[in-house]
Amino acid sequence: MARYLLKRIGFILISLFFIISITFILMKAAPGGPFASERKLPPAIEQQMNEAYGLNDPIYKQYADYLINAVKFDFGPSFKYTGQEVTDIISRSLPYSLILGLEAIFLALSIGVLLGVIAALNHNKFGDYIAMVIAVLGISVPSFIMATILQYIFAIKLQALPVARFESFAHTILPAVALATTPLAFIARLMRSSMLEVLHADYIKTAKSKGLNDRVVTYRHALRNAIMPVVSYLGPLVVGILTGSFIIEKIFGIPGLGNEFVVSVTNRDYTVIMGTTVFFSVLLLVSILVVDLIYGFIDPRIKLSGKGSK
Amino acid sequence: MQRTEIKQSDFEALPLDRMDAEKIAGESTSYWKDAWRRFRKNKLALAGVVVIILLGIMAFIGGPISGQNYYQNDLMNANQKPSSEHWFGTDNLGRDVFARTWYGAKISLFIGLMAALIDLIIGIIWGAVAGFFGGKVDEYMMRIADILYGVPYLLVVILLMVIMPPGLWTLIIAMTITGWINMARIVRGQVMQLRSEEYVMASQSLGASNSRLMFRHLVPNTMGPILVTLTLTIPSAIFTEAFLSFLGLGVPAPLASWGTMSSDALGSLQYYPFQLFFPAFFICLTMLAFNVIGDGMRDALDPKGR
Repeated sequence: MARYLLKRIGFILISLFFIISITFILMKAAPGGPFASERKLPPAIEQQMNEAYGLNDPIYKQYADYLINAVKFDFGPSFKYTGQEVTDIISRSLPYSLILGLEAIFLALSIGVLLGVIAALNHNKFGDYIAMVIAVLGISVPSFIMATILQYIFAIKLQALPVARFESFAHTILPAVALATTPLAFIARLMRSSMLEVLHADYIKTAKSKGLNDRVVTYRHALRNAIMPVVSYLGPLVVGILTGSFIIEKIFGIPGLGNEFVVSVTNRDYTVIMGTTVFFSVLLLVSILVVDLIYGFIDPRIKLSGKGSK
Repeated sequence: MQRTEIKQSDFEALPLDRMDAEKIAGESTSYWKDAWRRFRKNKLALAGVVVIILLGIMAFIGGPISGQNYYQNDLMNANQKPSSEHWFGTDNLGRDVFARTWYGAKISLFIGLMAALIDLIIGIIWGAVAGFFGGKVDEYMMRIADILYGVPYLLVVILLMVIMPPGLWTLIIAMTITGWINMARIVRGQVMQLRSEEYVMASQSLGASNSRLMFRHLVPNTMGPILVTLTLTIPSAIFTEAFLSFLGLGVPAPLASWGTMSSDALGSLQYYPFQLFFPAFFICLTMLAFNVIGDGMRDALDPKGR
């Protein structure tokens, strides 16, 4: 177990090293310096600014500095907003994204599992068809279209919920629903097929023939085993929620990390791009590791060992 | 109850032709015929195929039949409702939404198909080589894939879009740079399974070269899962294109795609919701059609899944 953990952490560090290096190379290769704008700066000022941001150092020194700072999680100041540290921007915007993301994950998991179970228990009946129509639609309607539809119906036409911004719980409902739609549909389908498989297993027959009532069989015996594929979907779920937040936060005007990333991309704010990219990658790699650990913990059939992982 | 009369003649031997044993009662079905028979029964998947064909046809003839073009500005007639002249209305620059929708269809479908095709080619080669040789080769090749896979797809695509000049092919390259990994993993798994089959050994002992073994014997036998993955890659590529265009990182103007059209319409959603309706509807319809085709193919091609 300890060996496995060490190996996985080592693997994460290697991946991170590659990600950090690649972002550095990409940002160096990007056309146009960070101070390129319509108004030409006097050469002396540009020279001084390059000096201040360390852009005059030889490339290997810049790279080494960047690596060391990345380890310390210090990405320096933003190029666009003077006086703001990248770390400040991240820590300021993270709470919004975190609340939104957790809400969406909760929604996707609870409703997705519920729909899947309903579909499986009513196999080839009305409930099944309804649940699967919802699931197929959920997969086919992109999150940003879902977001605009929700915005149009509930905020503009019905005036029931706020259109944008992030101030109260009511503000979070529409973006969380939009963000959760696609993963919710995936989870419902996963849950349905795995539940159908489990319901035909021998131990379910045994449980039924022991005279246990349907409720106990379904929730005690079937559900607990059928939920395994959903647990392994948690990694991709986190990825989906995270990248989905880029567009949802933009549509709803939420000052979260996803929005910050998109803004930094359009602004060519290199330090912020690099900082958020590395931060996102750490978040993802760690959450995938945690999911794998949980998976091994709740399903003893899966042996966590150094060999043959992944 | 009537009693059956037993006659002597019932016990006479019928003339036996030795060739009868070789006769095949039912018509022989190949894997593909069988799969097609199962696929045909799936009405929803067939409807998906029809929708895609119609969309494909409209992508080519939609512009010409409306008599409008997709780039002509006409500010006097901006933001019009659907009418006999502009069938889907006009956008905020007075461009005909009908013509733009079908022009966008061409772009969106082209990007989807192209990205899926490139993923397919790289994925098959990478996966087949890794799965065929196994051992160290496999380990290194899959390690590289794992590292690329660890970075979220959309993050990579967005980063690449930043440094490359905007354009159609930039978008396709950015999307395929990590998109092939999924395909490679599936092909590798299948090839590894089939690698130890006798027919491979037979062919090898007849002196077939490695590349012949891989691409003549192994890959064709993994076509089922490959095709399913391919049909499910297309909608995700179309989604990614729309997603990026919506963020303003997609195809540059004057090219139109469903993503850019939705993005343009968002600003005036409150007043002209129909401008968003058409591109959004066709994105959803296309994704829906490809998804049901993919599901139908999975049911038809995967004997275990039945």
